[in-house]
Amino acid sequence: MTVIVTDTGFGPDTWTAGYQDDTALDLTSDTDPVLLVDRLAAQVQMIRIDFPSFADGRGFTIARQLRLSGYKGHIRAGGHVIADQYAMARRAGFDDVEISDQLAARQPEEQWLARANWQQHDYQARMRGAAPASA
Amino acid sequence: MYKYNDFDTAFVTERNAQFRAQVARRIDGSLTEDEFKPLRLMNGLYLQLHAYMLRVAVPYGSLNSAQMTQLALLAEKWDKGYGHFTTRQNIQFNWPKLSDVPDMLDALAEVGMHAIQTSGNTIRNVTSDHFAGAAADEIEDPRPVAELIRQWSTDHPEFQFMGRKFKIAVGAAAEDRAVLKAHDLAVRIVQNATGETGYQILVGGGLGRTPMIGQVINDFLPRADLLPYIESVVSVWNQIGRRDNKYKARIKITVHEHGIDDIRARVAARFALIRPSFTGADQELLSEIKTHFAAPNFRSGSTETYGAAYKADPVFRAWADTNLAEHRNETHAIVTISIKKHGATPGDASADQMRAMAELAAKYGYDELRISHQQNVILPHVHKSDLPALHARLKQHDLATANIGLISDIIACPGMDYCALATARAIPVAQQIATRFDALKLEHDIGHLQIKISGCINACGHHHVAHIGILGLDRAGVENYQITLGGDATWTANIGERAGPGFAYDEIVPAVERIVTAYLDLRTDAEETFLETFRRVGMAPFKAALYPEAVKKVA
Repeated sequence: MTVIVTDTGFGPDTWTAGYQDDTALDLTSDTDPVLLVDRLAAQVQMIRIDFPSFADGRGFTIARQLRLSGYKGHIRAGGHVIADQYAMARRAGFDDVEISDQLAARQPEEQWLARANWQQHDYQARMRGAAPASA
Repeated sequence: MYKYNDFDTAFVTERNAQFRAQVARRIDGSLTEDEFKPLRLMNGLYLQLHAYMLRVAVPYGSLNSAQMTQLALLAEKWDKGYGHFTTRQNIQFNWPKLSDVPDMLDALAEVGMHAIQTSGNTIRNVTSDHFAGAAADEIEDPRPVAELIRQWSTDHPEFQFMGRKFKIAVGAAAEDRAVLKAHDLAVRIVQNATGETGYQILVGGGLGRTPMIGQVINDFLPRADLLPYIESVVSVWNQIGRRDNKYKARIKITVHEHGIDDIRARVAARFALIRPSFTGADQELLSEIKTHFAAPNFRSGSTETYGAAYKADPVFRAWADTNLAEHRNETHAIVTISIKKHGATPGDASADQMRAMAELAAKYGYDELRISHQQNVILPHVHKSDLPALHARLKQHDLATANIGLISDIIACPGMDYCALATARAIPVAQQIATRFDALKLEHDIGHLQIKISGCINACGHHHVAHIGILGLDRAGVENYQITLGGDATWTANIGERAGPGFAYDEIVPAVERIVTAYLDLRTDAEETFLETFRRVGMAPFKAALYPEAVKKVA
């Protein structure tokens, strides 16, 4: 089972449609966002980007490119994402993070909530003069 | 000098609190060792051969006396009484305890300093010309742009877990003193034909095991496009750069494999997406940052005491001839303080020396200091009339060595004395070369000659771009030193050419001596530098001097 992490802490997965039909995409970290944007259909509501390891930061670039390209649907980071990356994920354009029960046990809710203040202390927002690209 | 605003202060405070919690979470098991590693690295904390090492950023090499004094405090309170200035305008403390590091970071924050992104697969400390703001040959002070890039790169959400590190340097002078062409990305402030100021952008430079010279990706970028353009470059590389092999992960390999034209096209496409997300706030910030770097009110007044001392005191004269550089204000000089006393560890300064330099900067130098990539300390603005008194004070602290640009002004990595990656010692080789040529009393006669020593193939000692480069390797458990000749770290950058088989630890100093003796024989006159002679005559005569046995065999 997995846990969904949002700004308010841990919660269940409310996306019940799965990733089989054409409303949701399950992406690997080596996805080329440029090619993806070209084939992004209007009915896509959910995109989950896999982090095979927390050290593989390509997912941050994919999420950001999706936002800059105008995608307004849900973006989820799944796999090995650690609490210390929560603010980065939100700033890059992710809506939430999906982690395993084991990781949720090792890094409990308060460690994620400690990073829920991602809208503060953000140099990027200062540079751009606007809120980060996230919905 | 940049002074933190409320935002910067709050950011660093928050960041330090996060790191303190990360250390605690490592101890309680919330973070695995694998997970903790990049987190400590992005906060400057390495695990070296014998102990942790904390690498503190001196952004673009600029600091004031209060900051230098605080570095002395760190050295004394939490280390063994000294620090080591590096080739990327950082200072390293070699012996901190993990549990002390959060306190050290808090102490740094008190004076507006940090260790953020001095390591790890992040955008590293932004470096610049150590004569910035004082040099006679610059278009403008490059430090405001460097500070803007520092802020943009700090905690950038997209670029904290990249395939490898990414180093940026900024220059604005005719002469390149920041090794621009050996950086992942270099920003050169330039003027176009119509007198408009903009940026020339180079990518794909780097040393390490595959040395590459940076290539121009954009010849003239308008000022407002700088951050979105750099962001586009890093974003493209973060996506397509190789992650299968850490030795092929740097952008120099990406550029090499895809070709500069392909990278340029990808960056242009990404730039079209990213550019609109910058609404001009960065330019307002840059204007605000610029006000921090206004030149001091340079004193006028007679420089007679300088002329008199120069005439009367040969020791002062020798120092003035080597350690002073031309200042944009003719009554002032740029003073380089050598942290390379013959026989000492290049780049090491004791807490006493740091405090002395801080005090002298406050007294004679408008409160400004700089760290150079050549591992020396600079007082960028000193009125010439103060030079004799300054020199006298420097002598008292073993800081008056007159060797800037000379054979004993050696760049050396920490090597096997400290570093877990090193395959050979670098520091003792530097010490022995310096001591030997000091004993020969030939140093000033030899003139401008840069020796750079790396203790492994990763090339932290910049040996590829040295006039005489020395690379220490391990050959079946024995140290072996390869020599390269003809490297160049300036705008005419060049990777040195390997001379031939390597030398044992006890053969390397005599080998360097043979090269230098050959140069003294070959040069047209004392005005022709080592590099000029090498370029004129090529490798052959130096090879003959280095390997006399081989010449005999052929004969």
